[in-house]
Amino acid sequence: MAGYMFMGPMLIGVIILVLIPVLATIVLGFTDWNFVAGFEQAKFIGLDNFTKLLDDDIFLTSMKNNFLLLFVVPIGMAIALLLAIIINSHVYLKDTMKVIYFMPYISSVVAVAVVFQVLFHPTFGPINQFLMSIGIDNPPKWLSDINFALPSVMFIMIWVQIGFKLIIYMAALQNIPRDLYEAASIDGANGWHKFKKITLPMLSSTSFFLLIIGIIGTFKVFDLIAVLTAGGPSNSTSVAVYYLYDTAFVNLKSGYASAIAMVLLLFVFIITLIQWVAQKKWVNE
Amino acid sequence: MRSLQRIDIRKLITTIIMLIVGLIFLLPFVWMLVTSFKFENDVFNFPIEWLPVRWNMVENYREVWMGQYPFLLYYLNSMKVAVLTTVVSVIISSMAGFAFGKLQYAGKNFLFVLILMLYMIPTQAILVPQFLIFKSLDLYDSHLGMILLNSFSVFGTFMLRQFFIGIHPEFIESAKMDGAGYFKIFLRIALPLVRPAIATYAILRFIWTWNDYQTPLIFIRDKALYTIQIGMRQFADGEGQFYALTMAGAVSAIIPLLIVFLVAQKQVIEGISVGGVKG
Repeated sequence: MAGYMFMGPMLIGVIILVLIPVLATIVLGFTDWNFVAGFEQAKFIGLDNFTKLLDDDIFLTSMKNNFLLLFVVPIGMAIALLLAIIINSHVYLKDTMKVIYFMPYISSVVAVAVVFQVLFHPTFGPINQFLMSIGIDNPPKWLSDINFALPSVMFIMIWVQIGFKLIIYMAALQNIPRDLYEAASIDGANGWHKFKKITLPMLSSTSFFLLIIGIIGTFKVFDLIAVLTAGGPSNSTSVAVYYLYDTAFVNLKSGYASAIAMVLLLFVFIITLIQWVAQKKWVNE
Repeated sequence: MRSLQRIDIRKLITTIIMLIVGLIFLLPFVWMLVTSFKFENDVFNFPIEWLPVRWNMVENYREVWMGQYPFLLYYLNSMKVAVLTTVVSVIISSMAGFAFGKLQYAGKNFLFVLILMLYMIPTQAILVPQFLIFKSLDLYDSHLGMILLNSFSVFGTFMLRQFFIGIHPEFIESAKMDGAGYFKIFLRIALPLVRPAIATYAILRFIWTWNDYQTPLIFIRDKALYTIQIGMRQFADGEGQFYALTMAGAVSAIIPLLIVFLVAQKQVIEGISVGGVKG
């Protein structure tokens, strides 16, 4: 009984704000509806929304971009791990270093986005002015260039997330028993060997945690895209959640947006399943 | 003793290199700060003036804080929403975390898995139904609605659960023998023991709520209710871009977080380490 009393507020909130909306999304995904019009106007149209999605270029581009964003996760992890190893055992002022690299993570996404908008400005932004001053006549237009906008967004995502990964890797590194390295040294192992045979395996559960959190995180990137590019230029940085928002709240197509949401939920569900299976299989506790 | 060793030259050089890398890493912030001190016409001077040649600091910040937009109001709104969300969320999450960590009841594991799965859901996927529910409950376009939306934190629940689990069962058993009820045990014994974890979570929740852009974007329409993240964009969206002013606004928006973080950085970093490594 006491258990439910303590769970009560959380449960009520989660049911009203998450569980019911999830179920409602699944129903709405099969309708043609504009939420301004009221419930009576909702029309059940079966799978039409989903067949339309398959031909919707913006949706397909957004999904493709979501998959490209996945590259952010391993790249960010590798950089964070490298920095964590250096900071953990090869420098003074460890705490200062942690604070430096954690700064972007605590900063307002809106503030970060407006700064990078200006830094990346194609004609008079500092980055391109610098590139032109060292003789590169036609530097990329970054956020206004179809081919460079997404990589620029990815760069900013990595920059923002490094600190979080770094801190978790540093904590995990400190949990690796010292004598493992000492024993390896006695056996004549070099640094690279120790890294491959001790550090990496001992970090496997941490890496797995970061990988899953990171992958789920890439599906949730909204604020940065909304402020930085609004999905442009020509949808080259649109992602599923941004297209969903645009469809639901700008174009007011609630039914269609709910269908997008269902696809998104399905992906997240699959990732969660893979996580559970993989965790049992690969991660040695 | 290791700590008494002489200064290691290689380590010193690496430290210096890493500090330089760190400075480059933070250049966007340096640029933001310096630009907020400049005249609009000097913003894009090249080579970059890392120290403004002509200062316009007082004017810029006065314009942001007392100019066309009610920045102070946005600030107070943000403060109100962030503080109240933090308080409500800490109460709800610590209660639920205690139930998951220390109490036995039917269906606990099922609830745990259910809530864990809901945590994976991108909030954008359920915005439409949430919006409808809020409209019908009259919570749309209100600070109360914003507070409620961010108060039921699965993250907070899991994080605090980790720490409640760590409490030795004897503490709770002996209190029960003395006839204490669960609420008394929770308030008098469990909560004080996890105080550091609660502080960490409170700081993170404050930072996240302060930075939240999506919730006010969708659930707030009345300009008098704007929080700083939405308000700040007006410098960029209005008639033309005002870069120096935008940067002064951005600096103003980051400063409270910076203060909170610098004061409590040990708590924040340790909390994230423990929460993350234990999974």
